[in-house]
Amino acid sequence: MNLAIEVRELTKTYAEGAATSRALDGVDLDVHAGEVTLLMGPSGSGKTTLVSIMGCILRPTSGSVRIAGRDVTRLRERDLPSVRLQQIGFVFQGINLFPTLTAAENVEVALDLKKIRGGRAHQRSRALLDDVGLTEKYDAFPGDLSGGQKQRVAIARALAGDPQIILADEPTAALDKTSGRTVLEMLRGLAHGKGRAVVIVTHDNRTLEFADRIVRIEDGRVGDVLTRDQIHAFAGGDSND
Amino acid sequence: MASLAVRNLFHDRVRLAVTLTGIVFAVVLVAIQIGLFIGFTTTTSNLIDHSGADLWIMSKGVAYIEVGVPFSDKQLHHALAVPGVADARRYIVRFSQWKRQDGAQQSCEIVGFDPDSPLGGPWDVVDGNVRDLKLPDTVIVDRFYAQKLGVARVGDTVEIRNVRARVVGFSQGIRTFTTSPLIFTSLKNAQHYTGLPGNQQVFLLVKTAAGSERDRVRQELLARLRDVDVFTTAEFSAKTTHYWMFGTGAGVTVIIAAVLGLLVGVVVVAQTIYAATIDHIREYGTLKAMGATNRYIYRIILEQAAISAVIGYGVGIVVASAAAFSSRNGGANIVLTGAVGAGLFGLTLMMCVSAAMVSINKVTKIDPAMVFKG
Repeated sequence: MNLAIEVRELTKTYAEGAATSRALDGVDLDVHAGEVTLLMGPSGSGKTTLVSIMGCILRPTSGSVRIAGRDVTRLRERDLPSVRLQQIGFVFQGINLFPTLTAAENVEVALDLKKIRGGRAHQRSRALLDDVGLTEKYDAFPGDLSGGQKQRVAIARALAGDPQIILADEPTAALDKTSGRTVLEMLRGLAHGKGRAVVIVTHDNRTLEFADRIVRIEDGRVGDVLTRDQIHAFAGGDSND
Repeated sequence: MASLAVRNLFHDRVRLAVTLTGIVFAVVLVAIQIGLFIGFTTTTSNLIDHSGADLWIMSKGVAYIEVGVPFSDKQLHHALAVPGVADARRYIVRFSQWKRQDGAQQSCEIVGFDPDSPLGGPWDVVDGNVRDLKLPDTVIVDRFYAQKLGVARVGDTVEIRNVRARVVGFSQGIRTFTTSPLIFTSLKNAQHYTGLPGNQQVFLLVKTAAGSERDRVRQELLARLRDVDVFTTAEFSAKTTHYWMFGTGAGVTVIIAAVLGLLVGVVVVAQTIYAATIDHIREYGTLKAMGATNRYIYRIILEQAAISAVIGYGVGIVVASAAAFSSRNGGANIVLTGAVGAGLFGLTLMMCVSAAMVSINKVTKIDPAMVFKG
């Protein structure tokens, strides 16, 4: 499988006055296209820091992150938005839709960032909402959507830039069981059906059956890594594809 | 798609109303203060600006038109002999005392000119005829001051410095900055009304010949006439305006009020735009995480500021224009010209954009990692 993200010797240290705390400590990680990778671990283990650095939002203290073969840790600050825009789609725990825009307009903002505007943006936003099953909700405002529907709009928005990598931070945290499952099926579909690399940061055991690889993060280090076969064995072979 | 800027701006109507109120307040205040300033400056120098003269000759050291010092009419003959002088006329501007028919006294400013010449006479005469001023004891006054002077129609008689004066005409819109109404009359009448000897005048108004160089004529006048200053009309107008506006502090007061209005506007607008930015800070963080550049977000904030400016200016200028229109018959003349309107629009835009800069500074410091914090 193609390597979408290659993390090597990654460390991140936060300074708090004279004291420092190490959030990541020599992390090595490969994220493959066409796979769903779960980052799991207790709170404060460094999962969100890791995904923030992989998403070019946070700078590491040392180490490297290669995205599509390019070391993004060497890029200048002003070049990072372009990497995020071209390569990465984000799905946030807080969903973070723009409340004053309709579902379609929320997607169009992401297209606007890529300078896709007018009729093309209109058609593409509707097609993306169709893909996440929100055909009837083009003109609905976020306030009128359920939690699951909002997260699906967020997924449509994340896909607007046609990114090869989807980074999802606790995407099911605010959702009920059914909505959470729908969202996870959608994310798995993006990996298996469209060859995207999907990274999900989660505490939610419901997500296990959707994973191709589980990476456990503890105290800023990579712990156990379970492959799909191991997950199947662990879950009694009942995960479905 | 309606832009995020537009949607966010109109989403919170109360905040928008507060923002617009601040802008309208600032626009109206600044427009009225500038209008007053222009009205004042126009009024202080309107006699000079409407004189039709190219050059003004006066005793040395005269600071402004109301304090001219009489000098001998011999200078008139010397002036007329200067090459390039097409015409020169005597001119009197002096304060006197107007006695109304009911006996009340009123200070007035006598303007004595030659009715046979187009130099120095009243303009916008709406009733009567300037030629009637050739008759003895005749005057033309402005309609705006008719009530103050106790006259209502042509033919009304009063006394000026105990000399009979008959109103033979009315002008419309000739105001005075000194609050003493301007009384136009012939030179001869003016001498009676001011007590000025027949062989003296306060100014000489000079019309230069076509094709002559005004500066050269002025230099020649200064060389040939003794103890006089010679100014172009523009120079003397500016000198008079400068005295009244800055020598007395009247202009400074108006300017300070305009600046204060602008500052209040900036503060109100800055505060509301800043509060709106803080409210939407998470959205801006999301945009950054999605790959938006700072410039993209600045554009949203500046678009909101610009829209607020356009709406606020539109409402403000309508209110200010209404105030200016109603001031035509009031004590203070507010003059709003097209140039003032255009300048004020630029100023409003600048005010809103500079107010938005506070928010832009905040946006620059947004950490996009905030979007991962639940």
